[in-house]
Amino acid sequence: MPQIKFITPTGDPVEVESRTGSTVMEAAVKHGVPGIVAECGGGLSCATCHVYVAPEFADATGAAGDFESEMLEDAESELRPTSRLSCQITLTDQLDGLAVEIAPEQ
Amino acid sequence: MAAEGTLIVGGGEAAVTIGTSLREAGYTEPIHIVTKEPIPPYQRPPLSKGYLDGKLPEEGLYLRDIEFYKEREITVTVGDPIKKVSVDKDGGEAETVSNRHLKFARLALTTGASARHIGVPGQHLNGVFTVRDLSDARNLRAALPSARRAVIVGSGFVALEAAAVLRQHQIEVTVLARGHSLLGRAVAPPTSNYFVAAHQAMGTTLRFGINVRGIEGDNGWVTGVKTSDGDTIAADIVIIGVGVEPNVELAKQLDLEIDHGIVVDRAAQTGNPIVVAAGDCTVQPHALYPEEMVRIESVQNALDQGRKAAAAIMGHERPSVPVPWFWSDQGHLKLQIVGLSSGYDHIVERRVPGEKRYSLLYYRAGRLVAADAVNNPKDFNAAKKALNAEATIDPEAAADPLTSLKSLIT
Repeated sequence: MPQIKFITPTGDPVEVESRTGSTVMEAAVKHGVPGIVAECGGGLSCATCHVYVAPEFADATGAAGDFESEMLEDAESELRPTSRLSCQITLTDQLDGLAVEIAPEQ
Repeated sequence: MAAEGTLIVGGGEAAVTIGTSLREAGYTEPIHIVTKEPIPPYQRPPLSKGYLDGKLPEEGLYLRDIEFYKEREITVTVGDPIKKVSVDKDGGEAETVSNRHLKFARLALTTGASARHIGVPGQHLNGVFTVRDLSDARNLRAALPSARRAVIVGSGFVALEAAAVLRQHQIEVTVLARGHSLLGRAVAPPTSNYFVAAHQAMGTTLRFGINVRGIEGDNGWVTGVKTSDGDTIAADIVIIGVGVEPNVELAKQLDLEIDHGIVVDRAAQTGNPIVVAAGDCTVQPHALYPEEMVRIESVQNALDQGRKAAAAIMGHERPSVPVPWFWSDQGHLKLQIVGLSSGYDHIVERRVPGEKRYSLLYYRAGRLVAADAVNNPKDFNAAKKALNAEATIDPEAAADPLTSLKSLIT
């Protein structure tokens, strides 16, 4: 199972494993990783699972889609080049070791 | 010694939120979630969307990992419904179907709602489904590959979400609406009209002003639906999506006030100081018009009331009140609704001809109270921001769809 390294808003690293095919948001919420709110449970409707993907994984995760980009523009925290909504990043074996920083405000 | 701990009855978002919020607030007594469902707490919205579609596997529905509950010392019991409950001034006791006796100091009812049935001959035939629980969705999902023609009874969110999924599976779909619009009283006519056109474009047949007289079958499996206009529509599956009834059986045993749901105040407290309630099973005072009681069926409300219920148990001040919001995925359309449009007296439609993007603002006595947005996160976010700030948006300026709503918040 792919492993994900989160950096929480307080700067703490948290590592979790999640099944291939699950989303980064799902991995965080199911394991209680602090900082991911995910009010809509992965419905791409709330922009409360905002993360910054570590630059070395930005190509592998790809860019935000159009709808996602518009949701991100109104997210609580600043938008950065690797901003994503973590409900839209699906885990593949290729993403094993993925590192993301959780945006400070959701 | 008085009993201790909190018993949470239910297996959805509200149940999990109460348990986790209690622990986050430093609650040290036992927490026990008891659900009648066969699996630990799970999310229902995907049952008529991604799960039905086959995109999301069953484990994707679980709200939390089993380890999550263990780490927080939250006990979860599945598949054992509570049949009896009683309380006195210090706590109470519940009895499950398997005769387990559970004592508690505080009780949280998050019993949810059940799919409404239409009460016609043939409604129990094989091939007739509701979409409320995991078991419903499992059965319906299993029936899709061999289905060619479906009749969907109802015109609300679940009915239309299912219609969109079935069309993507190349199943012929006829939707039977009792009234003359889609999405009932949840939206104003322009939004209904938008969805009429969109579902017709997906290839769904919509019929309005139709009641179901009966469901016909052969060898125990459904073959068609008899309508009030004398027609019989052939179908190998039928979905009944005519809304839900709140589960108030336990609340009745406790003599709690019930009015189309368990009556709670803005802090998720019932009339009994031992008992809180949250989620789809409750009715609560409208945030802006407290004399009106509202039942809000949404994830966001379950989370909000769940947090308040935990605060009430802790004796803490209740968290601030966010404005309700809701979403629905129907094929390539994402509808987002914020606020409560009931009682609106003015609407403003924002639409650029030729574009899918759409929004509708609702005003009541000159004040913005709600918005519907389709494929339009900008307008949704702007309306949500305005409502959460108790601000408004000038309706005349908003009528120009090219003006940014965000810039109009005052």
